[in-house]
Amino acid sequence: MATYQNIFTQVQLRGEPEAGIALPPGSEPRIGKGTFNHWMGIIGHAQIGPVYLGWTGVFSLILGFFAIEIIGLNMLASVNWDPIQFVRMLPWLSLEPPGPEYGFTPFVPLAKGGWWILAGACLTSSILLWWVRTYSRARALGMGTHVAWAFLSAIWLYLVLGFIRPLLMGSWSEAVPFGIFPHLDWTAAFSIRYGNLFYNPFHCFSIAFLYGSTLLFAMHGATILAVGRYGGEREIEQITDRGTASERAALFWRWTMGFNATMESIHRWAWWFAVLTTLTGGIGILLTGTVVDNWYLWAQQHGYAPSYPSTGVMDPALGSAGQ
Amino acid sequence: MKRIASLALAAVVTMALGACQLSPKTATQNGFRGTGMDHVTLTKVAMAKDEVPAPPYDPPATDGQRAKEVYQNVQVLGDESADQFNYTMAAITQWVAPQQGCNYCHNPENMASDELYTKVVARRMLQMTRNINHNWKQHVAATGVTCWTCHRGNPVPANYWTMPTEGPKGIIGNRHGQNNPVPESAFSSLPNASLAVYFTGDPKVDQNIRVQSTGLHPSAANKTSIMATEDSYAVMMHASQSLGVNCTFCHNTQSFQNWDISTPQRAKAWYGIRMVRQTNGEYMTPLASVFPANRKGALGDTFKVSCATCHQGKNKPMGGAQMAKDYHALWGEPSPASLTPAPAAAPAVGAPAR
Repeated sequence: MATYQNIFTQVQLRGEPEAGIALPPGSEPRIGKGTFNHWMGIIGHAQIGPVYLGWTGVFSLILGFFAIEIIGLNMLASVNWDPIQFVRMLPWLSLEPPGPEYGFTPFVPLAKGGWWILAGACLTSSILLWWVRTYSRARALGMGTHVAWAFLSAIWLYLVLGFIRPLLMGSWSEAVPFGIFPHLDWTAAFSIRYGNLFYNPFHCFSIAFLYGSTLLFAMHGATILAVGRYGGEREIEQITDRGTASERAALFWRWTMGFNATMESIHRWAWWFAVLTTLTGGIGILLTGTVVDNWYLWAQQHGYAPSYPSTGVMDPALGSAGQ
Repeated sequence: MKRIASLALAAVVTMALGACQLSPKTATQNGFRGTGMDHVTLTKVAMAKDEVPAPPYDPPATDGQRAKEVYQNVQVLGDESADQFNYTMAAITQWVAPQQGCNYCHNPENMASDELYTKVVARRMLQMTRNINHNWKQHVAATGVTCWTCHRGNPVPANYWTMPTEGPKGIIGNRHGQNNPVPESAFSSLPNASLAVYFTGDPKVDQNIRVQSTGLHPSAANKTSIMATEDSYAVMMHASQSLGVNCTFCHNTQSFQNWDISTPQRAKAWYGIRMVRQTNGEYMTPLASVFPANRKGALGDTFKVSCATCHQGKNKPMGGAQMAKDYHALWGEPSPASLTPAPAAAPAVGAPAR
């Protein structure tokens, strides 16, 4: 019984590394012949490579490296190039966007936020090139482009936070700093400034899809592991030729909740939940400060913020102000 | 056995990672149910008794000869009885300079002399104390403050702050006034200058810590940026840290803005913030010409007060101990008095050597 209750992959295959299908004309050659790694095989497939970088991959990595370098070196400079302080203070350190005085101009002195714009430009280019890669590699393999579109949904939220909303607000200072605590402070300040983001309905959607994603992930992962003893992990085979693993999994959910997704549709559920998390999240951020300035008041007007009994406390600024 | 051991190990690791405080807690609900308005403290912290010094001796009579008739150069406490005056001086010594004694402020050869800067400061501080006890009842109520509230036996109160220096021009060593854990921003990465933004400036001009719009849609009335919001967030974190309370001590987090669902403590704090601004603006800052350089900040400004100066981690300083009631002299009218020290070389002949 315990044979199927494993944390790590139990069986690793060794042989000639799988090279992949022939590439379409005009493609770059794949890099490496492929090798095996026991430890990677514990958590995934033991075969490492071959890799297809292509020019999009190469430039994506270079630009991504630039972005990380700009951010890291700015942080290191902010502690006077002291590596010990860099490690000690890292959670506090930051590369800040330009101040409100610069508006949305791309020409900002480097030390005043210009580095932030450069890092953001490099990171954005890197991410977009990586997106092109996920699209073109899927096409080259004759796959659908679901991964690329799901990735684009995440990029949408990233661009709303760092570019589109600052553009609409006319100020770089609305954007998120690069830094661990600083970006969390930005998040909290954003909610405070706009009257409690929890009353933003698109924030609600985003949370519902985010939590729904984790729930679906847990349900799906658990179901497949639970029917692993019947070959349930061979999902594709089970889709085309439904076997006892699939039957049992389906029966389990019909017994427990009356309805079951199919071996194919569960992945559609997962894909849409994940995609909608960032899609709705981005819409919610985009509307904040551009269309709605106080989400609490908005929710009151639309009748969905609960009202609590008055504590009878008056705003002292309205009364006999001062002492 | 192995399974139990691994479960136990997992539990220990989880607790270690969670930085659990196993010490018993005391929880008090301070708002409507379901709003998360609870004040949770470690019981040992909640029950801890602060040191509250007893009066030096039984409070003397308030009648009899006035201090100004007995002693010279008594500018603030002159209308107190001489007995009360001496009693207050004894208490102040105990509160502010227990090790240094009377001579911390006084020239023993001529007690009336203002030649020591500490005496000029002490006079101003007495006026400040009277101003707080007299004019800021919305904040200090009938409890009032004494020198001890801030000083706690130190000549310089432990919790003070000074204006932050402007950072370097370039990126080297430049944290842009934030991202540096200091007590003034409750060790967060929030802006360090929030106290300077909200606790200084002309006390006669009101300055609200308000960032949220009163209307639903964006308008020209409120253009507060996220960066400026971080300043108000930082000063709130300072207040929270100084009082040992969470946001919900004053606010219903449903809407930080809405007074109607806030607790009465929020109004108390509103007055407190204005009290601090007046104290810094009218009592501390003008002393810049009096303090020596080692008692000033990097920009040559005087040490300043914040919430932490009095509160020191308690939502009521010293747990609300009624200390000031024993000191009649601290409750008088805050009289205007000159800041400039009286000429040190002019001790009146025959001045009592007090």
